[in-house]
Amino acid sequence: MAAIETREKVAALGEKYKYGFVTDIEMERAPKGLSADTVRFISARKGEADWMLEWRLGAFRRWTEMREPDWARVHYPKIDYQNAYYYAAPKNTPKKQSLDEVDPRLLETYNKLGIPLSEQKLLAGVAVDAVFDSVSVATTFKEKLNEAGVIFCPISEAIRDYPELVKRYLGTVVPVTDNFFATLNSAVFSDGTFVYVPKGVRCPMELSTYFRINASETGQFERTLIIADEGSYVSYLEGCTAPKRDENQLHAAVVELVALEGAEIKYSTVQNWYPGDENGVGGIYNFVTKRGDCRGARSKISWTQVETGSAITWKYPSCILRGDDSVGEFYSIAIANHFQQADTGTKMIHLGRNTKSRIISKGISAGKAQNTYRGLVSVHPRAEKARNYTQCDSLLIGSECGAHTVPYIESRNKSARIEHEATTSKIAEDQLFYCLQRGIPQDEAVSLIVNGFCKEVLQQLPMEFAVEAQKLVGISLEGSVG
Amino acid sequence: MLEIKNLHATVDGKEILKGLTLRVGAGEVHAIMGPNGSGKSTLSYVLAGRAGYDVTGGSITYKGEDLTALSPDQRAAKGVFLAMQYPVEIPGVTTLTFLKTALNAQRRARGEKEIDAVGVLRMVRETAKTLNVPEEMLKRALNVGFSGGEKKRLEILQMALFQPVLAILDETDSGLDIDALKLVAEGVNALRSPERAMVVITHYQRLLTYIVPDRVHVLAKGRIVAEGGKELALKLEAQGYEQIVKDAA
Repeated sequence: MAAIETREKVAALGEKYKYGFVTDIEMERAPKGLSADTVRFISARKGEADWMLEWRLGAFRRWTEMREPDWARVHYPKIDYQNAYYYAAPKNTPKKQSLDEVDPRLLETYNKLGIPLSEQKLLAGVAVDAVFDSVSVATTFKEKLNEAGVIFCPISEAIRDYPELVKRYLGTVVPVTDNFFATLNSAVFSDGTFVYVPKGVRCPMELSTYFRINASETGQFERTLIIADEGSYVSYLEGCTAPKRDENQLHAAVVELVALEGAEIKYSTVQNWYPGDENGVGGIYNFVTKRGDCRGARSKISWTQVETGSAITWKYPSCILRGDDSVGEFYSIAIANHFQQADTGTKMIHLGRNTKSRIISKGISAGKAQNTYRGLVSVHPRAEKARNYTQCDSLLIGSECGAHTVPYIESRNKSARIEHEATTSKIAEDQLFYCLQRGIPQDEAVSLIVNGFCKEVLQQLPMEFAVEAQKLVGISLEGSVG
Repeated sequence: MLEIKNLHATVDGKEILKGLTLRVGAGEVHAIMGPNGSGKSTLSYVLAGRAGYDVTGGSITYKGEDLTALSPDQRAAKGVFLAMQYPVEIPGVTTLTFLKTALNAQRRARGEKEIDAVGVLRMVRETAKTLNVPEEMLKRALNVGFSGGEKKRLEILQMALFQPVLAILDETDSGLDIDALKLVAEGVNALRSPERAMVVITHYQRLLTYIVPDRVHVLAKGRIVAEGGKELALKLEAQGYEQIVKDAA
């Protein structure tokens, strides 16, 4: 409860973008620009073994031959990949034994973000692995997780301490060569989260990571790998915020999920990166590759995302339904206001028999924003009796924004059943007036109506984050009407 | 309590109210009757402050204050309630959530303490029973899939919950069968009090059999053309609007 109260206090702090503060801590950086030497620098700083360095260099070589994709409905000036830093870490931080050793200014940042890295969190049942720019500075509740045999640590630590697990799974869901941004991430990823849940174990708490970009002109490239072994269950939540800056910052993360036989992974995201100002200046470029592999029979992967931030969102959390009777779900709320551009959706690849997928997408556009749902449902020949249900709803606020739905459907098995429903609506003037007449002020009325529109997705979020997400929905659309 | 003087108002640039004057005192119930297109609904929206309904002349004074200077939500917090002819559906928002949000927004605006969901439910339950609103209805999305009668009953339930100072009922009788009409009228009558004024807008006399007004006004072509006691409603019913409007001209 304490954690929730803190978050509510943060959310109540007046200003529109509540996370736009900068923490003044000395940073150690790689030299500007991207070359094989940058990759070696990062790998060396991480103290990585040769196999990891080779993996990165292979990705880098491949990346130099790739072209940046341009098929999404997003427009932005060309990114100069040589004019950015690819590694930044707070100086003198590694190897903390307890929270007392962590720089107090860092802890203050986390407090502002509403993540008290203290025993309070235990009451809320949430363990936090906080990634501050590139280095994980504190990981809590390891002990309780250790008792259950759950590994929850920075991926840099996993590469060092559990190389066999990492080698076995890293890059098996999102191959090194997958796409421009994923390949870039493979070369330069600095840190991220690793989770392994052993056979038959139900993870005793919600796992949560708050990523935060702090240093300027620094791209952030996290790498997350979650493995749920046979019959296990884990629920994971990531929250993202970034400070206000005039320049655009690149964020290219890769998330890989592996669910073995009978395992279930629930992955929730509340993305609130800095969206840029009312005139479209600044904001995060969010190019993210997220994919889950339902590798075993009867496994299940469920993505829930609330995307309210970033100047550009390019993101398609997907499921490969390989195991027979496996289930993939995608629940999404994407809000774009002012000059934000979102091109997001999912891919459901049905390979196994009796596989099921469900897609519920709620897109909200306001201001001059463009919001696109792009999704693929693909049924392969062996996927007997595959079933998909897709529902895409778009809500427009004002007359200068756009909503687009681009569903791709491929079926190569006659027994497949695929349903697609789509609606586009406006916040009606009579709905607003009705709320106003009952005493509900304009911004609160918009928030209420939009939260109602998103209800099916919000219900999927873990309880303790649902309240936060509801508030975020309201904050993102403040001043969008009238 | 409410004093409207020589009110002119336009909708989409077209003048609908053309010099309307009306005085409503505390504790009084006034009926406004008139043919279709006379400006009845426009009057109710102008009083509530709906966007697009612009006051171009005259004045509206409510409890000594210029009502037109307030936003619609401020008016609501100060006790202006409009029971709508067509209550609006809001998908995904449960009725109870809506009631709680509205009640607390009004209380916040008045500097009063907010009430939690349990407290709101307790307040709602009593009235819900007398208006025959089942608790199950409170869990459904606001007005979504409600019958005409259910929607109107919910409007009156809100009126009871918010305890307004000035209640305007816009064609509350439309779409109701006789049993539903009686139920709604009983709900309204239960709220009559010396502190509360009501303006009942209706096309037919039928409603006024159950909600007996102190004064009846006839609205035609944007102005009040005739006034009288409750017997005027009966006369209208017998003679039709045409004759009375003609006599007044």
